[in-house]
Amino acid sequence: MNRITQTFQTLRRQGRKALIGYLTAGDPDLKTSERNIRLALANGLDLLELGVPFSDPTADGPSIQSAGRRALASGANLKQILAMAARLRRSFKTPMILFSYANPLFRYGYTKLCRDAKRAGIDGLLVVDLPFEESAELRAPMKRHRLLFIQLIAPTTSPERARRLLAEADGFVYYILVKGVTGARTRRVPPTRRVFNAKKNIDRLRTCTDLPIAAGFGISDGAQAHEAARHADAVVVGSALVEAARKGRLAELVRELAAAVHGV
Amino acid sequence: MKHEPDARGHFGPYGGRYVAETLMPALIELEQAYRKAVKDPVFNKLFHDILRDYVGRPSPLYLAERLTKAYGGARLYLKREDLNHTGAHKINNTIGQALLARRMGKTRLMAETGAGQHGVATATAAALLGMECEVFMGEEDIRRQAPNVQRMQFLGAGIHPVHSGTATLKDAMSEAMRAWVARVDDTFYVIGSVAGPHPYPSMVRTFQSVIGTETRAQILEKTGRLPDMVIACVGGGSNAAGIFSAFLDKTSVRLVGVEAAGFGIRTGKHAASIGAGSIGILHGSKSYLLQDNDGQVQNAHSVSAGLDYPGVGPQHAHWADTARVEYCSITDTEALQAFDDLTRLEGILPALESSHALAEAKKRSRKLGARATIVINLSGRGDKDLDNIVSYKQKHRKH
Repeated sequence: MNRITQTFQTLRRQGRKALIGYLTAGDPDLKTSERNIRLALANGLDLLELGVPFSDPTADGPSIQSAGRRALASGANLKQILAMAARLRRSFKTPMILFSYANPLFRYGYTKLCRDAKRAGIDGLLVVDLPFEESAELRAPMKRHRLLFIQLIAPTTSPERARRLLAEADGFVYYILVKGVTGARTRRVPPTRRVFNAKKNIDRLRTCTDLPIAAGFGISDGAQAHEAARHADAVVVGSALVEAARKGRLAELVRELAAAVHGV
Repeated sequence: MKHEPDARGHFGPYGGRYVAETLMPALIELEQAYRKAVKDPVFNKLFHDILRDYVGRPSPLYLAERLTKAYGGARLYLKREDLNHTGAHKINNTIGQALLARRMGKTRLMAETGAGQHGVATATAAALLGMECEVFMGEEDIRRQAPNVQRMQFLGAGIHPVHSGTATLKDAMSEAMRAWVARVDDTFYVIGSVAGPHPYPSMVRTFQSVIGTETRAQILEKTGRLPDMVIACVGGGSNAAGIFSAFLDKTSVRLVGVEAAGFGIRTGKHAASIGAGSIGILHGSKSYLLQDNDGQVQNAHSVSAGLDYPGVGPQHAHWADTARVEYCSITDTEALQAFDDLTRLEGILPALESSHALAEAKKRSRKLGARATIVINLSGRGDKDLDNIVSYKQKHRKH
């Protein structure tokens, strides 16, 4: 069984929620990045999203944009990132998802990518700008290499559309909590209203799928993670981890988030 | 040959919709509204009335006799899109999209801009229809195109300077897409080229096809036959797609798209995505792209801000593969020479973008011979470029 599915089954049996962490691979260079990822994995991540840097990250806010710029400036590329994943896999059993924009994967070659990712111990792919309608070309080799295609669902996705997309999805559903890019939120929408909408939308999503639901975008501390974990099966934190890694507070934040999520 | 995309917006292997899921429902809604609108006689009448009475269409087709003589060959006709209100072809598309936005109940327009022409045209349409307008523009382009920035501000648009990357059109478009995700409910994203996710490439071409439709009627009236060649510059490719659209089915008419060769293709500092790029995915569609081996998008270079983009509309990629359109490229220096030629010989200041098409006509004119006719799409006027041209000439005189 795929490590992602297994992790969620185990957690469900234990009645626990999962903490999913995103870090841009190669930020600010491969060596530091690998050290940070090991630190995050050792301090309580249940699942890792390994970010592939891209020159034009149209779905990301300032934190992940800057992380990508630093990673690219240091010369990080997909081949080196997969080699890093393979090294991490030798030390950790934690599920790993490659989180990317379509072009670096397309350029690498979808078939070759799936083969190499599987060999490196990657368990699934999440491609931000590859909607379901354009995904057939990638899903075919993914299926052959038993990699899971993680589907994103947005607040704008209708229940009919969600049902159709999720019929083909696997592992878990990534529910985007807010309309907007990744990272800290503007103050325009009060937090209580956001949580209310999130609860409503996640409940609605439950009627479309039996897959575990992970909620992400805009979660940056333990309190927010705790609130989100009350409604979802997993909480995703990205930009805040990227910032914490820069400030040398990564282990601390991961422990705070893990306690908040696991305490639900 | 088929010139409409498939149901999901693919032109052969190109095009499609490569966007975050948050935007997918908005694009599907847009496509449905667009399909309905273009079949609605009321919408079409309104669109064409505004093009006639406000934009000043039809734009003339002008026989440039002194230029013809100087270039020593084919008779050169200029499609005078520079005479449109706001000084370029961009207004055709923004009027169309703004009318569609109003029909969809959106109150706010948003646009990216390179040379500023599309930004000005969007701000103008917003003013005309009483809508809010936000324009994303790279800092480097704000510097190069100061007069257009002022025009947009006078028209009431908010300008968002973009600092990331090379601070040009590519980065402005990335930032506009980010902003659109956050305000997708009330905001209509007016894309200025035949690029971006489906339905933008075919929608923008449809709104720009008025250029081709008029040109075909005008050249038949003036010469009694179709032209031998139609030349247009290609950045994203909207003016080219617009004028080519009326001649696609007539294979006797050679269609030529001119990309920006910047300092020269071999220097690596250019914007020739078709000529020197490879297939990739950027800003919502699959097309030719300037990128490195790892799929990171590379910086384009052109003296002309409107051509300074590392990608190209997906239908152009398909026309290149199927050889319906020939693509070639013109350097900064050649374009500036053509700018001087037209200004001195005809008293018309062309935009630097359009100067690329003129420079290509200069190369082809003699070979085609005096009995041939070439139509050049003079997509915009050059007033916006004067500061930029002066500083370019000073810089290159020193070297």
